[in-house]
Amino acid sequence: MRPFAYERAEEAAGAIATLTDGAPGAMYLGGGTNLVDLMKLGVAAPDLLVDVSHLPHDRVEQLPDGGLRIGAAVLNSTLAADRTVRERYPVLSQALLAGASGQLRNLATVGGNLLQRTRCAYFMDVSKPCNKRVPGSGCPAREGDHRNHAIIGHSEACVATHPSDMAVALVALGATVEVRGAAGARTIPLPGLHRLPGDAPERDTVLDPGDLITAVVLPPSAPGAVSRYRKIRDRASYAFAVVSIAALLELDEDGAVREARIAFGGLAHAPWRALVAEEELRGLPATAESFGRAADAELAQARPLRDNGFKVPLARNLTVRTLGELAAQAERRSGR
Amino acid sequence: MPTNDITLTVNGERHDLSLDTRTSLLDALRERLDLTGAKKGCDHGQCGACTVLLDGRRVNSCLVLAVAHDGAEITTIEGLAEPDGELHPLQTAFVEHDAFQCGYCTPGQICSAVGMLAEAAAGWPSVVTEDLVADATDPAALSDGEIRERMSGNLCRCGAYAHIVPAIADVAGRR
Amino acid sequence: MSAVGSLAIGTPTDRVEGREKVTGAARYAFEQLPGDHAYAWLVQSEIASGEILSLDASPALAQEGVVAVAWAGNAPRVAEVDDRELSVLQSRTISYRGQIVAVVVAESLETAREAAAHVRIDYEVRDHEVVLDEHDPAIYDPGTVNAGYPSESVQGDVARALARADAAVDVTYRTPAFHNNAMEPHATVALWDGDDLTLYDSNQGASTVRDTLAQVFELEPEQVRVISPHVGGGFGSKGTPRPHVVVAALAARMTGRPVKLAITRQQMFAFTGYRTPTIQRLRLGASGDGQLTAIVHEALQQSSRLREFTEQTAVATRMMYAAPNRRTAHRLARLDVPTPSWMRAPGEAPGMYALESALDELAVELAIDPVELRIRNEPPLDPERGIPFSSRGLVACLRLGAERFGWAERDPTPGVRREGDWLVGTGVAASTYPAYRSPATATARAEGDGSFVVRIAASDIGTGGRTTLTLIAADALDQPAARVTVEIGDSALPRAGLAGGSMGTASWGTAVTLACRALVERIEALGGHVPADGLEAHADSSDEVRATDQGYSRHAYGAQFAEVRVDAVTGEARVSRLLGIFAAGRIINPTTARSQFLGGMTMGLSMALLEESVMDREFGDYLNHDLAGYHVASHADVGELEADWIEELDDHLNPMGSKGIGEIGIVGTAAAIGNAVFHATGRRVRELPLRLDRLLAT
Repeated sequence: MRPFAYERAEEAAGAIATLTDGAPGAMYLGGGTNLVDLMKLGVAAPDLLVDVSHLPHDRVEQLPDGGLRIGAAVLNSTLAADRTVRERYPVLSQALLAGASGQLRNLATVGGNLLQRTRCAYFMDVSKPCNKRVPGSGCPAREGDHRNHAIIGHSEACVATHPSDMAVALVALGATVEVRGAAGARTIPLPGLHRLPGDAPERDTVLDPGDLITAVVLPPSAPGAVSRYRKIRDRASYAFAVVSIAALLELDEDGAVREARIAFGGLAHAPWRALVAEEELRGLPATAESFGRAADAELAQARPLRDNGFKVPLARNLTVRTLGELAAQAERRSGR
Repeated sequence: MPTNDITLTVNGERHDLSLDTRTSLLDALRERLDLTGAKKGCDHGQCGACTVLLDGRRVNSCLVLAVAHDGAEITTIEGLAEPDGELHPLQTAFVEHDAFQCGYCTPGQICSAVGMLAEAAAGWPSVVTEDLVADATDPAALSDGEIRERMSGNLCRCGAYAHIVPAIADVAGRR
Repeated sequence: MSAVGSLAIGTPTDRVEGREKVTGAARYAFEQLPGDHAYAWLVQSEIASGEILSLDASPALAQEGVVAVAWAGNAPRVAEVDDRELSVLQSRTISYRGQIVAVVVAESLETAREAAAHVRIDYEVRDHEVVLDEHDPAIYDPGTVNAGYPSESVQGDVARALARADAAVDVTYRTPAFHNNAMEPHATVALWDGDDLTLYDSNQGASTVRDTLAQVFELEPEQVRVISPHVGGGFGSKGTPRPHVVVAALAARMTGRPVKLAITRQQMFAFTGYRTPTIQRLRLGASGDGQLTAIVHEALQQSSRLREFTEQTAVATRMMYAAPNRRTAHRLARLDVPTPSWMRAPGEAPGMYALESALDELAVELAIDPVELRIRNEPPLDPERGIPFSSRGLVACLRLGAERFGWAERDPTPGVRREGDWLVGTGVAASTYPAYRSPATATARAEGDGSFVVRIAASDIGTGGRTTLTLIAADALDQPAARVTVEIGDSALPRAGLAGGSMGTASWGTAVTLACRALVERIEALGGHVPADGLEAHADSSDEVRATDQGYSRHAYGAQFAEVRVDAVTGEARVSRLLGIFAAGRIINPTTARSQFLGGMTMGLSMALLEESVMDREFGDYLNHDLAGYHVASHADVGELEADWIEELDDHLNPMGSKGIGEIGIVGTAAAIGNAVFHATGRRVRELPLRLDRLLAT
């Protein structure tokens, strides 16, 4: 780990100014669960850490419109246990609880979770090429081990996946990220934060240097919608997703799909919003057949690599099951 | 190289330290304070052997930069027993259930269980909790499945899981 | 030698060091602060094959706080020993990626780690071959395999028997590389005092490390002391010293300072050993009534360029079942890979996985219950050695296990039990592990105050060995266990073999019993009076071990029953229930014995469902080299788990009548689980682990 200076930011403006003005080696420090890991490996080598975990972005606030504003420094464990989140946004609570371990959730912040980096083994090993770590050096995963890599939206340059569970739920919920930067504050609706790799896989997100995530805003939850997060992994717990799904479902009076919102984890460089499937489902009866059709339409875009074709049927099966569970839940709730 | 002066209160005792900014809380405890109860099993937050309580919450001390926690209160395995030597109930239960073999993951398992039972008492759900809305305020109501999920951040290569779960359930008051 | 009495033996007893372990007071190897110590960090090869052309240490030495950098170009010469891995920093030749090529010594851990990244090395790179492949023309017969067994055995005419069999299977099973991954990474603190070397070291046998390091540094054994009171697991990977131990001592000698060296979890995937991947072909033939007529077991494995290490994978097949025609064979491929080593039940764990899976396939072919098929092929004598078994409890374990598990109600039809999305199935497999013993020495001392101290350089890596020896000594002394203290984990104590091969307790217990009996005789000779300054007796079990350990085939046995659930939608497999019944002679401490069995079964579950080290073909190292990438079972993976044993009296073993129990728990578990997966799904997966992509019904 390279020597670095440490500063505790007392207010956001100063922190942003530090990172924006002439400190190219500076990085923000949140909970550190990913950054410190990467610093030990030499993957990240900041010369200055600006600790933003003590900024007053540590509250979960109800908004007048019924939405929820979550400070970027709120801990994953706190958010997962938040009563409003559990009642109105169960998909988010479940996604957080499906991630990492109790100890890591007690350190990790919401902002940091959004910005965590891929766990691709080539990215994590500085003795090997990786376009994300060293642009232009190559992508050994494409021909090497890629069982748990992307099947959709990847590029010649990069086949990595985004590791977050929480971000998948936020994408399905249509959350908005609040960012402050050199040019002031702005909002980024999800899934617009995370990029597909294209020919610049070194950039995970659309953020500019110095940009600081200050909050995540959830829109009001639709009264009739039900939601859940389901994660498939090799180990029963404490493992990254092979495939995961965050889904919200709202049925109309006839039991047909009024609206479905679906996002996948483990399939792409970013949480993958399944817009094709959502569109396909609108107005269809809430049956396994409809759900399978929608999944097939979405996954028609998939371009699996040599050894990860299994993710296509896995994602399909998971979609059919999860939406089926949600439809049953919605039926129960409506008393039909 | 950059150093920072910080104060840590560990097991009730105050320590003023001048630390290389790169020093993890785990290495500060082990190499500077000679508190070697917290173990280094992976140094990357992947095993849980380094678990301590940081301001009351269980965390992986290997991923915590010590300088980022100036003023923090830390409880390690060395601080769980009473000053008169009486063991914490979880320590007693681990001995009685033979809930360890080599003992290397044990301090982390016990500190994690202390934190986990407090989380359950505060009503926190887990990913296997059926009803997210109902508070699980009674640790005694934790099923084996709940304990297993909540403790999964602590690996044990000797395979003492089958004895750790009943040891924790005993202390939770289930049996 | 007659059996010892049993007041303490058989009494469930908590670990004597339990309080130390739950309070954090137990100190492991790295947990020493000598005061003027420095920290070492290892630099690893980034190529799989080639030569170091040049190494530039100056960027590392320029870092503030760096004390020294050592590599083949400047490290002191050491003597060559059998294990060429220990000739570390002696040669510029690279045999595998991740091999130790340099060490950085610095004032702090943080500085040492960072400086290691600044060592610049130029290599001449050669092509590498790192993937085990049955078509590799360089595959050869190694002649002998580990533990001294011949690589081949043949009886009768298997080709003819297979051709005439009523039912036969010809199947190939594959197992990946597995890494031991003890929770405590290997660590050594090295201190020189003149020409005397002290090592605080994490190992499975202090005497072995002492003797080996004395050879490497050309010292008398008495000049080396190895101290290892607590060891955070080993599972074979700490059985013999690994190269970092030599590096720690070299670095301490070069710098004149005590040096602390802990290897990283990632480094454990390179130079501390692993279980070889295997490709195993099993051919079984049987008559219609389920009598085996032929057993053929051929195992292909890998080793490194540095060392011929051949796991005894097919050796258990030589005595498991009766059959007139039989053949076993081992073949080896030497590749540009890290050197494999011992891992819990080396040989038996992968070999019995294949044999017991193939036997299940034969049972299906024959439409005979798999428990019954095993019972029908119980051999009266060791089938290849032609000598009697000292005891053999396999059938009793199968019968008791079947009863406890509810096996009788089992419908053998595969793929027909469904609970929601879960396909449910059950499976059985046999376990076995040999009962070995090696010579050891011990002293027993009576103090004037009525207490007793037993000293032996034994090792407790989590086995409960310290507690078990306390019980053995108490009975041999005819004293309450509370009066007996056992000192272990220090090479300054009487010499003993390592905690490995499941022979620790049998070996050490024999010496301890002899020493205690000699002490009792001395006390009796003084009319029962212990002088104020105490009385001591010493024993060496070499003669007894040599005199007795012949003429019988000695093995522990077991039967494992698994209930598995496979998610029909996602392919995820979960073990909902695991029962192991074992026949392992006299159980000395039921408390720690149960933990040993359960621990082995848990590791077997992990082997079945989760573990695999993925070789990176392009770069030549194990790619998933950490605990996030290499999955070992977590709490959530382990469901209902039960281990028990049958009473087994065996007078042909040792004074305690015990067989080793540290490894048998992992043997057969993966087969039982794989057989249950077949019963649940109707799919026979012949490759571990039983990953969801292999079970996903598409």
